[in-house]
Amino acid sequence: MKYFEYSEPATLQEAVALLRDGAGQASLIAGGTDLMVQMKEHVRQPARVINIKKIPGMDDFAYDPQGGLTLGALVTTRQVETSPVTQRHYASLARAATDFASIQVRNRATVVGNVCRASPSADTLPALIADGAVLRIHGPNGRRLCAVEDFCTGPGRTALGSEEIVTHIVIPPPAPGTGKVYIKHGRRAQMELATVGVAVSLTLAGGDCQAVSIVLAAVAPTPLRARQAEAVLRGQPLTSALIAAAAQAASQEARPIGDVRGSADYRREMVRVLTRRAIEQAIEEAA
Amino acid sequence: MKQLVAFTVNGEEREIAVEPNRSLLDALRTEAGLTGTKKGCDVGECGSCTVIMDGKPVNACLVLAMEAQGATLTTIEGVQCSAEEPHPLQENFMQCGAAQCGFCTPGIIMMAKALLDENPKPTTDEIRFAIAGNICRCTGYTKIIEAIGRTAGTVEAQP
Repeated sequence: MKYFEYSEPATLQEAVALLRDGAGQASLIAGGTDLMVQMKEHVRQPARVINIKKIPGMDDFAYDPQGGLTLGALVTTRQVETSPVTQRHYASLARAATDFASIQVRNRATVVGNVCRASPSADTLPALIADGAVLRIHGPNGRRLCAVEDFCTGPGRTALGSEEIVTHIVIPPPAPGTGKVYIKHGRRAQMELATVGVAVSLTLAGGDCQAVSIVLAAVAPTPLRARQAEAVLRGQPLTSALIAAAAQAASQEARPIGDVRGSADYRREMVRVLTRRAIEQAIEEAA
Repeated sequence: MKQLVAFTVNGEEREIAVEPNRSLLDALRTEAGLTGTKKGCDVGECGSCTVIMDGKPVNACLVLAMEAQGATLTTIEGVQCSAEEPHPLQENFMQCGAAQCGFCTPGIIMMAKALLDENPKPTTDEIRFAIAGNICRCTGYTKIIEAIGRTAGTVEAQP
């Protein structure tokens, strides 16, 4: 790691001022599980590292049935994995947080950090997008909101300005009759990046699909909303033929590359298989 | 410029001077002189550097030394019951032959201790889940899992 100046601002205003002074050469640290590796491997060489752990409110972890779930920037993946609230109301997110690295890493790595890293294979992103999560962002001009779906613009690239900080994620409460599933496919469950990931949030009303979101990981430069697959299901009675058609549509929407974890054709085929499974499991959860 | 960091490690209050770009792992091994914590991959993949920080197992290689200000740490040097009496995990690792080259052992003992502190009677599946982030390239894990299970009393001793 190259030398850097280290700061622990006590307020968001102070942190934003440090980012401005850093002129693009400053990095925020919360969990540090990505930044530390990037600094050691000289992928990032910040002149200043800004630890946001001393800023009040950043460890918020609150749920209410009207407002939904609020996760501060310091909430770890391990907290989301083990909390009865997330296990019950945000099952796909809790699953994604469980299938993530190791316990040692999950005790440090934050959900907001996983979002800001914007990896195409990020585990928490598909579940957050399927659940309609919104980011609260603090910057020089105050606060703004950004849907997680609109946040990732490319591998490792986001809509976050150089003087902005993601302070919270807000996830709406689930509608009654909603099932949420995340399936990660890899050679092993933990300590592994997804070869393909599929998140489904599906709401049933009288046996019909009232609402559905299907989000794919690791098959495009950003997490990919399978909108054609969703359109196949929406408003329809969920027959096995319809589910197969939706899975087929999702595999055609995927834009995978081939790499060390799997070929493009393999990924496309796995999208079809896993989307079908995820829809079937979500229907079971919703019923 | 070096800065002072104060923490409690293995029940002892320590203050060390480190550069901001020092990892907790390097600070423990060099400035604090506690070389029992091992440096394997140094990027959070292998678990050799597992220490318990404020009650939670973490990879010391992924923590900045500066972040340990005010923290309570336990390293492998702090788990023994006394100079003559090893921790039951250490005893069972010896009994089961769960260490070969031994490089991963301190990290696995710390992870196993963190597991048993939280869940004193883990199933074999729970043990396997807990040590997923600790890589051993010698033993094949069977004896490690047996040693942890024997400590918890959930695995019978093999004849």
